[in-house]
Amino acid sequence: MNIHEYQAKQLFKKYNVPTPRGHIALTPDEAVKAAQELGGTIWVVKAQIHAGGRGLGGGVKLARSTEEVRALAHEILGMQLVTHQTGPEGKLVQKVYIEEGADIAKEYYLGILLDRASEMPVMMASTEGGMAIEDVAHDSPEKIIKVSIDPLTGFQSFHGRKLAFGLGLPVAEINTFIKFASALYKVYMDHDAEMIEINPLIKTGDGKFLALDAKMGFDNNALYRQNEVHEMRDLSEEEPTEIEAGQYGLSYIKLDGDVGCMVNGAGLAMGTMDTINYEGGRPANFLDVGGSASAETVAKGFEIILKDPNVKAIFVNIFGGIVRCDRVANGILDATKLTKVDVPVIVRLDGTNAVEAADILNNAGISNIIAATDLADGARKAVAAAKGA
Amino acid sequence: MSILVNKDTKVIVQGFTGKEGTFHAEQCLAYGTKIVGGVTPGKGGQEHLGQPVFNTVADAVASTGATVSMIFVPPAFVSDAVMEAADAGITLAVIITEGAPVKDMMYAKAYATKKNMMTIGPNCPGIITADECKIGIMPGFIFKKGNIGLISKSGTLTYESANQVVKEGFGITTAVGIGGDPIIGLSYKQLLPMFEADPETHAIVMIGEIGGDLEIQAAAYIKEHITKPVVAFIAGQTAPAGKRMGHAGAIISGGAGTAAEKMAALEAAGVKVVVSPADIGKAIAEVMNK
Repeated sequence: MNIHEYQAKQLFKKYNVPTPRGHIALTPDEAVKAAQELGGTIWVVKAQIHAGGRGLGGGVKLARSTEEVRALAHEILGMQLVTHQTGPEGKLVQKVYIEEGADIAKEYYLGILLDRASEMPVMMASTEGGMAIEDVAHDSPEKIIKVSIDPLTGFQSFHGRKLAFGLGLPVAEINTFIKFASALYKVYMDHDAEMIEINPLIKTGDGKFLALDAKMGFDNNALYRQNEVHEMRDLSEEEPTEIEAGQYGLSYIKLDGDVGCMVNGAGLAMGTMDTINYEGGRPANFLDVGGSASAETVAKGFEIILKDPNVKAIFVNIFGGIVRCDRVANGILDATKLTKVDVPVIVRLDGTNAVEAADILNNAGISNIIAATDLADGARKAVAAAKGA
Repeated sequence: MSILVNKDTKVIVQGFTGKEGTFHAEQCLAYGTKIVGGVTPGKGGQEHLGQPVFNTVADAVASTGATVSMIFVPPAFVSDAVMEAADAGITLAVIITEGAPVKDMMYAKAYATKKNMMTIGPNCPGIITADECKIGIMPGFIFKKGNIGLISKSGTLTYESANQVVKEGFGITTAVGIGGDPIIGLSYKQLLPMFEADPETHAIVMIGEIGGDLEIQAAAYIKEHITKPVVAFIAGQTAPAGKRMGHAGAIISGGAGTAAEKMAALEAAGVKVVVSPADIGKAIAEVMNK
């Protein structure tokens, strides 16, 4: 789960990670009020969406008067903001964050994420603030300084010193930086974060560090104990069908092909997409129906897959283990009664009682259900059906 | 021969009397696994599935001599259960539970490592040595005895591969489902040398997926140390970047962890990489009949 910049900054403030002052606004009037409350002569109007690259897309703009704040808020609120992370359709901006202008002397990058290789959080800093860190990592990896932090002992001053000296900070600023980094580590650990990214982290003219931007993602498995974070979830930032699938215990991700897939298990679901691709077709989705593959989940799966008008055929690929295939076959037949399925459905059931399952499907006499013998056969038939062959 | 577990391995179950624990422990017993007891705090002294229930893992180990624990406790209690097992002298914990917080696993694994306890999982089907010992939730009948070792991040792809291997006339020594979470226990790099050392294992199937770099590490290891043929499939060639594909760890982030880079690394290490998972069995037949 991800949150907005302004929400991440709320968490930062609680842990004394310095950020510029700011207020959230849903309307141009609120934006003006926010600017007046902040005072000063320069403000930044920032679109709040869950995607990077907002500045380049025209979603972050500088205002030098409250009239300009109003005009910019009016322009940004309601726009479909397109960035390199949103896809061509962009994302609707429903909130703007009005922030006081900052005196930027130097920009840096600072982030924390889980390093899966060392199985520890790793803090990364770079002098290339404002750039996409992936590009820096690719083009000039020597410009990224990394420290692994043992979770059993936590953040130590030496971690901070290694980063600060690596960034070439003057000695007088080292302790300020260490304090900042140490507080940020606490934010990360205490909230079961998966990643924090501050890009840019700025140094002001008077030598202070401020998180000018803030991006946070969280471990979904830990949300049950992170109420504050959980309440920050913004469902309007997520795909409606993915949310709906989740409510039924299904894991669904829409893709742009025309062969719908319904599979048990995440690995086999990906493998099924790959097989469809290998056989010359294009998968329309990832869908893991979970271990049980009952009539209800299969029916819901059909319903969700068929919400995508591009779907021309559905490949049901179930490897029955503990679940018996004959039960799954009956589930599929029941599901076609619960949900109208008007595209060809290619069914491959393997594992326990696979032969009985094939008989059940063949004897049901439903013309658009086609039995397949194995993974490759099923994928081939599904690709052919989608092409209208 | 086999790796890690066999017909003599004594196993206890943490979360023994719960719904999942009961169902799968029963299946394991039916397969022939030596389940010698279980742990459910507060139910010590009772009997369940004909086996004794203990309040603590320490009690269970002292009384049964178990060395392996199969863990079915709910996600919020997984790290506690893993650490209790490590503290009690268990040498291998097989963590089936799905949905454990990553931070908990970070702590639990660090503790387990300190106590010299190996872990498998979490969020995995477990481990099976064909015809001898099943510790997990996989359908046992698929795994006919033979000479192929299997390591996989995915449950159903494990079954799919084992099934294909058997259809080609071969069988399995031991199959290990290592799980698809960001932090897991034993991985390719630790399991490959075990299969290399096992005289019964003649070839290895390795199933990976997008996310992380365990497969890349495996490729480097194979290149240097593995002489037996390895067949690999990497799931998620068609997965979009930045999207989590069911497994918590299956995500391409910052352009890293793609199927393409893993396939290339494995190929460069001399592994027979199949593009379609439907070709795993055929690939094994090819390397075995050479």
